[in-house]
Amino acid sequence: MKSVACIGVVVLCLAAIGASAKDIVRIVFIGPLSGGVSANGIGGRNSADLAVRLRNSDAKAKYTYDLVVLDDECKPNVGVQVATKAAADNGIIAGVTHYCSTVAMAAVDVYRKFGLPVVIWGAVLPDITYANDFKEVHRVNGTMINQNVAAAGFMTDLKFKRWAIIHDTTDYGKGHNKYFSEDLGRKGGEIVGTFGVTADQQDFSAEITRIKELKPEVIYFAGLTPLGVRIRSQMDKLGVKAVFQGTSGIVSDAFIDGLGPLAEGVVAFREGAPAEKLPGGRMFIDAYARQKYPDDPEAYGPFAYAAMTLVLDAIEKVGPDRKKVRAELNRTRDYDSIVGRITFDDHRQNSVPLITKFVVQNGKWLVWEDSEYASGKRTLGKK
Amino acid sequence: MDPGLLAQHLFNGLMLGVVYALVAVGFTLFFGVLDVIQFSHGDVVMLGAFTALATWVGLTSAGATSPLLLLFAMLAVSIGLMALLGALMARFLVLPLRAAPPINVLLITLMTGTALRESVRLFYPQGSNPKPFPRLLPTGVFEFGEFTLRYDSAILLIVGVAAIVAVHLVLSRTRLGLAIRAVAQDSETASAMGIPFIATVLATFAIGSALAALAGVVNGLYYNEISFNLGLLLGAIGFSAAVIGGLGNMYGAILGGFLFAALQTIGAIALPFASAYKDVFAFAVVIILMAMRPAGLLAEPTAERV
Repeated sequence: MKSVACIGVVVLCLAAIGASAKDIVRIVFIGPLSGGVSANGIGGRNSADLAVRLRNSDAKAKYTYDLVVLDDECKPNVGVQVATKAAADNGIIAGVTHYCSTVAMAAVDVYRKFGLPVVIWGAVLPDITYANDFKEVHRVNGTMINQNVAAAGFMTDLKFKRWAIIHDTTDYGKGHNKYFSEDLGRKGGEIVGTFGVTADQQDFSAEITRIKELKPEVIYFAGLTPLGVRIRSQMDKLGVKAVFQGTSGIVSDAFIDGLGPLAEGVVAFREGAPAEKLPGGRMFIDAYARQKYPDDPEAYGPFAYAAMTLVLDAIEKVGPDRKKVRAELNRTRDYDSIVGRITFDDHRQNSVPLITKFVVQNGKWLVWEDSEYASGKRTLGKK
Repeated sequence: MDPGLLAQHLFNGLMLGVVYALVAVGFTLFFGVLDVIQFSHGDVVMLGAFTALATWVGLTSAGATSPLLLLFAMLAVSIGLMALLGALMARFLVLPLRAAPPINVLLITLMTGTALRESVRLFYPQGSNPKPFPRLLPTGVFEFGEFTLRYDSAILLIVGVAAIVAVHLVLSRTRLGLAIRAVAQDSETASAMGIPFIATVLATFAIGSALAALAGVVNGLYYNEISFNLGLLLGAIGFSAAVIGGLGNMYGAILGGFLFAALQTIGAIALPFASAYKDVFAFAVVIILMAMRPAGLLAEPTAERV
């Protein structure tokens, strides 16, 4: 009788603990927090962190979430290392991972092997979701295919005819080059020269001088911000006046900071609308500002936020179990997020039909339609 | 090809060549006096650039605005500190190992280089990221048809060439130069003749490292960006340039530097496939040249190593 009473007390106590302190569930964020594209990685990290903080302050949430943050340095070898670290830790239930395509491409095998469900928040190479059929890998942002179709269409509509292409020789740069070249061919644009460069190259004077000789109207650059900054600034040094057209990889404030006035008139394309035009964008921007992060969310912050919220909702619904969370994420249909409705296709790829065109005006990335370039007040290049 | 474009390619190549030559001359000087390879030399270039940047940050936050003043301060601090660092490395890392097998010196300098590089990455604020380097030179432009020459690039080229000429004059016209050449030829006889061996070695390392600092600043001002790992490739290229020219021969190093730059430029413009292979092309040609002339293009006639 005495022992039964004791057990009763213990059970009561446990119940009391259960009611006051929620179980802690760990999730991981991986992105480039150091290196040339770290501005994007840190913006993504803060945005994912914001989603976790908001959830933790929500009394209705069933669990308390602990965000583990890892740095992939935008290097495939480091990415595989940290992905393995996260995936091998059974206490981590799910992840929001990768801005760099080359890193994501290298890491998806790890998630598959260890069964860690992840949602990609920034990498745009189609192969990440389409080359394999890994049930663990989802992606909320669009792929570079849509981006380049829109880019080629838009630029040919502006009556540009001759392009020179500089792309880095990673999967990211080569992929963009492939899809853009294909589509440009279909729309009647001419490519006068294609130059593959290494992702850490410093000097482009030989390539740019060669391009000067080929007299393109536009230089299409497929690569990330650091290289973009170098190429645009060396174009100026060598007196090349062509329009500089980039990919989503240069849509970052770091690009403008690195170039100053030289960034004026640079165009680039990205899936999704800018934060302030997104369905939940205002809410996101305000909440982000309230947390007083020292850095901006950058272009892909909203995607990182949406991906994290999606993951948290799945855990809330089915509990902290990798397999159940994976199945729940796989089923995502018409999920309302700040980047719009998320629906995963048979390869767990969200379709983001909207591509936004950006142009730098007075040291800011502006949506093309809102810029003085669209209204005709300013013109791209010498046209 | 349009003559303007040809001039442009030529200028690009010259600019690259000057930086390579500045680095290569250091390698060849060190090898001349001590028969050692100073493998952290590339990272001294990088540290020189970062020292200049730190000086700039310090002075501008203290309110200095005159570009000329800033530039002189950056050069003075960077060159001074790197010369000191070079002498210290010679005194405490290289000289104590004189009696040890040369591979030990190679290893210790290689490790020093890694330590320097990682220290900048870890201790410089946000050291992993590429850092914008201030534009302090006039940015006006001469246009000759297709040839665009910016004032700043032209100034940098002149400064680089002047530095090489100055080192040449020091080596060939001064007592210090005479001492360096004497030690390079035969250190024991030089000592017997009353030439202070250690002081001469330290001076040589100081001169070589000062050139590295200048190369770092020129590199920063030309590209307006520096990063913690810029010394890796520059070191490898500077070393190959010194070797291909004939280690120990200053003219060889200069020739090697310009040759390497020419190979890279040709690789980028003349090869039909991706210009990403320009380094592969340049290094491959270097390998072939070395197989044909193992002692370098301008081999030291006195290089009898017994």
